Amino acid sequence: MLKITTPLDEATVRSLKAGDQVLISGIIYTGRDAAHKRMVETLRAGGELPVDLRDQIIYYVGPCPARPGKVIGSAGPTTSGRMDPYAPLLIREKGLRGMIGKGGRSPEVIKAMQEAGAVYFLAIGGAGVLMARHIKKAEVVAYEDLGPEAIYRLEVEDFPVIVGIDTLGNDLYAIGRAEYRRV
Amino acid sequence: MREVRAEEITATVARLCIEACSVLGPDWWQAMAAAEAKEEAPLGRDILKKLQENALLAAENLEPICQDTGVAVVFVELGQQVHISGGNLYDAINAGVRQGYTEGYLRKSVVDDPLLRRNTGDNTPAIIHTEIVDGDHLKITVAPKGAGSENMSGVKMLKPADGVAGIKKYVLQVVEEAGGNPCPPIVVGVGIGGNLEKAPYLAKKALLRPLGQRHPLKHVAALEEELLAAINASGIGPQGLGGRVTALDVHIEIYPTHIASLPVAVNLQCHAARHATAIL
Repeated sequence: MLKITTPLDEATVRSLKAGDQVLISGIIYTGRDAAHKRMVETLRAGGELPVDLRDQIIYYVGPCPARPGKVIGSAGPTTSGRMDPYAPLLIREKGLRGMIGKGGRSPEVIKAMQEAGAVYFLAIGGAGVLMARHIKKAEVVAYEDLGPEAIYRLEVEDFPVIVGIDTLGNDLYAIGRAEYRRV
Repeated sequence: MREVRAEEITATVARLCIEACSVLGPDWWQAMAAAEAKEEAPLGRDILKKLQENALLAAENLEPICQDTGVAVVFVELGQQVHISGGNLYDAINAGVRQGYTEGYLRKSVVDDPLLRRNTGDNTPAIIHTEIVDGDHLKITVAPKGAGSENMSGVKMLKPADGVAGIKKYVLQVVEEAGGNPCPPIVVGVGIGGNLEKAPYLAKKALLRPLGQRHPLKHVAALEEELLAAINASGIGPQGLGGRVTALDVHIEIYPTHIASLPVAVNLQCHAARHATAIL
């Protein structure tokens, strides 16, 4: 089990290999469909992002509301493929170093990851209660009007993920499936 | 005529929304234990363990199993001897969804217009399917459905000549293309027959059947078994990371169809096979 702390540097990211189990501590940002759309539209219109993503991680999640006395509700990953049209720009131009989600990524995203040095982590889909236990603080930092799709700044401790796709383009989905396929 | 008050429906729906999002049935626990015993991939086994651990914490604390608490799909069986008083059925159900999703701190995931996409803030409107049946009971099932699995579902109008082989090919194609996206181990609901809109309804309804329970017709049950074996040979495995268990079960529902038609719908359900029922 590897332990890493955000912000991430390129060398650390390039040393991670598909299949590695990793515990993340530090600050991570949330962002999903509507937030990504707005960020990319802002950049294309010549504007700036509401948060500096350089060397940071985006977690694709839309959490449940926090109950009284709790930091956050259930907070498992959403399907990453929906963010594929937006991710390459954030990786190449804004220095995004990591993404956490579930499911495969497009060849364009994988190419951007290889060239700029970014990694794709997997969290267990549907294990929202377990994931929330590793989130120590949560605050909305942008796009509050988007409700569950707002950008949150999360402080996480030993947040458990698996390296899904590394900077060499190795894809754990393809590797795992090939090993157990019988047809 | 038996009277059921609208406010009773609202309170019931609210309770079912919270219960369905946090508590999985005994059939699910049995299916998951069997899956864990069968899974050969070490990472796959670890994932199956964590999913059970997550579901246990959720049930103990009445917390949502998954942050995607979905669109509330509500199945209603309305006995024709029932009279609803004090309001209309659909308003009463939507009021229940509004109450349940707010009081249960469940995520509100519905946008008012698919093009403008503003969150309604209370997870309404629900998607409501009503069947009028004999008798004087009102049966309500709430089945919250998340988008991770729903988005990977599909419907296809096959030709009668495609036959059972064509059905198998299409179901496997949907599951293969979905890969890890719908959070396997999945439950595969298949609707065969009817017409364009009937088949997906059957597929969704098929997801409500308890895991491990076969269709009463032998040839349909045999196809369920065959498809389950084929899906589990795909290697997709828990979360799509490789393994022997891709699906916990395959449920098929059928309906008469046109001489020229063979509609097939596949509704995928993530491992959180959520639904809760009450009879009023």
